[in-house]
Amino acid sequence: MNQLKRYAGIIWILLGPLAAVYLVRTAMAEVAKKPVMDTYIQWGVFIVVFIPIALGMLLFGYFAWKGEYDHLPESSAEIEED
Amino acid sequence: MVKPLESCKFQPNSRTISAQASHMKETKSIWKIIGASSLGTLIEWYDFYIFGSLATVLANQFFPKTNPTAALLSTLATFAAGFIVRPFGALFFGRLGDLIGRKHTFLLTLVLMGGSTFLIGCIPNYESIGFLAPILVLLLRLLQGLALGGEYGGAATYVAEHAPANRRGYFTSWIQTTATLGLFISLGVILITRHSLDADAAKSIAKFNDWGWRVPFLVSIILVFVSIYIRMKMNESPLFEKLKSEGKVSVNPLKESFGHKTNLKMVLLALFGATMGQGVVWYTGQFYAQSFIENVCKIDFDQSRTILIWAILLGTPFFVVFGAWSDKVGRKWIMLTGMFLAIISYQFLFNQLLNLSSNEGKVELVDKKIINSSLVQLDNGKDTLRTVTNKVFYADGMSISETKKDTLYGDPVMHTVKADVKVVKLLGTTDYWKMVFYVFLMILYVTMVYGPIAAFLVELFPTKIRYTSMSLPYHIGNGVFGGLTPFIATLLTTIYANDKLAGLAYPIIIAAICLVIGTLYINNKIDPDVND
Repeated sequence: MNQLKRYAGIIWILLGPLAAVYLVRTAMAEVAKKPVMDTYIQWGVFIVVFIPIALGMLLFGYFAWKGEYDHLPESSAEIEED
Repeated sequence: MVKPLESCKFQPNSRTISAQASHMKETKSIWKIIGASSLGTLIEWYDFYIFGSLATVLANQFFPKTNPTAALLSTLATFAAGFIVRPFGALFFGRLGDLIGRKHTFLLTLVLMGGSTFLIGCIPNYESIGFLAPILVLLLRLLQGLALGGEYGGAATYVAEHAPANRRGYFTSWIQTTATLGLFISLGVILITRHSLDADAAKSIAKFNDWGWRVPFLVSIILVFVSIYIRMKMNESPLFEKLKSEGKVSVNPLKESFGHKTNLKMVLLALFGATMGQGVVWYTGQFYAQSFIENVCKIDFDQSRTILIWAILLGTPFFVVFGAWSDKVGRKWIMLTGMFLAIISYQFLFNQLLNLSSNEGKVELVDKKIINSSLVQLDNGKDTLRTVTNKVFYADGMSISETKKDTLYGDPVMHTVKADVKVVKLLGTTDYWKMVFYVFLMILYVTMVYGPIAAFLVELFPTKIRYTSMSLPYHIGNGVFGGLTPFIATLLTTIYANDKLAGLAYPIIIAAICLVIGTLYINNKIDPDVND
């Protein structure tokens, strides 16, 4: 199971940047199609909000790949040891 | 010899009575805590939803479409409050809650939310004070978003830290009902106000659109005062008090929550393995379904709302059912089953909504058909507005009203390019209840994913940074992934105009990713001791 968790990490690492690229490309296409203030704001908000989340997904994948989720902490002592 | 025996016989009974009394006292105390916490959270959701439910009326009052700057502020008010500000509220108030305590923090969020809501109801409209009106509304809406970002984590943490370990899911599920009940009450108050301002229905709606919309906002202040009074009497969470007395309160909750790898990885897991999927399932069932029924199925305003009201009323008890069940079988599989059912059945359920609103194969009552036509001369004295209304009735009780408006120009060279057509459908009784049933199923999925999630999040993080750590993934999952569902789904249906169900791709994909991550990485273990 831990092996599967680690290999799946590669998928999450790739998914983050792929989602970000898809979002930016769609935003550019939509803005070009209808260049009004509403479209700018709408897609601007999408990009500002979703890019950090995509980076979070990349980080999550990295942690998974490194085996950080093989064992989940069960007490705050484990967190403080970090 | 008899006496000690009697005494022996009596002693256990005495202990039992004493234990029963202590148990009753504890039970009474926990219900008081749940009541006080839930009431405040319920009011906050009510306050947040009335703005969304009255968006069209507010747009006419404060954001006239003819003025581009006002329209811009309207877009900002819609997007910023729900999607950008809520996570910031989670960080700001979460940090405060871990530093000064849960009680005072969620008291503050309640005052902020109630005050903002009341003030929105007091702002003069755009015609009276110009640009100041939309700017004030935007600022107050931002405050609402901030307050909501801080409230939920506090209430869930507060109740969970009072609840016994074996019933944490059950007790926190009462907090989970508040979001849905808040929507239920907001829809109810709006519908009642809309129809009670005048004996004549049309006049009542006109009065509501003119000034009556303020009533739901103003009513909020009474509820807030009651809730503040109750919450003031409550004690601080015992776990936080213990930390404080031991001098173990976090000095920098933000750093400890997101700067330490071991906790950060749990925040990411909570987001991608639970709240992200939960958020889209919640917003699809409660909000996109309503928008779909009204805008795609073209069901009448009141009927589309009463369908949702019934579905919510029937579905709400299941928050408690699944919350309590999660104490026995664990949180993970209940939440993931809810996501799985949503993924495999959304296409079918929304297709059924479309079928029910269609007149295909229905028997038309030709003799009942009504056609009205009117001509009204416009202010310029040359052109005329023509309105033609066709109302068709069907044997199963359904009726479809189509109103077409176009301008007849005095100048023969000019002509209306595209007439304004509005279709409104009223369902017959059988189809109405079938639609309630399908929406109820979607709400049932919401109760599965949302009922156990407070207990799940509380158990994932340590006491001293719990408020901060659980609030952020919750509000990104619900505010961003969930809150954007109606917008992204609607956007997809405009991009892929031929497929009315194209919008469902967004919640299905997000829930599917979350389901895989949750299945692989989340533990089903119930934490017996959150006091660490």
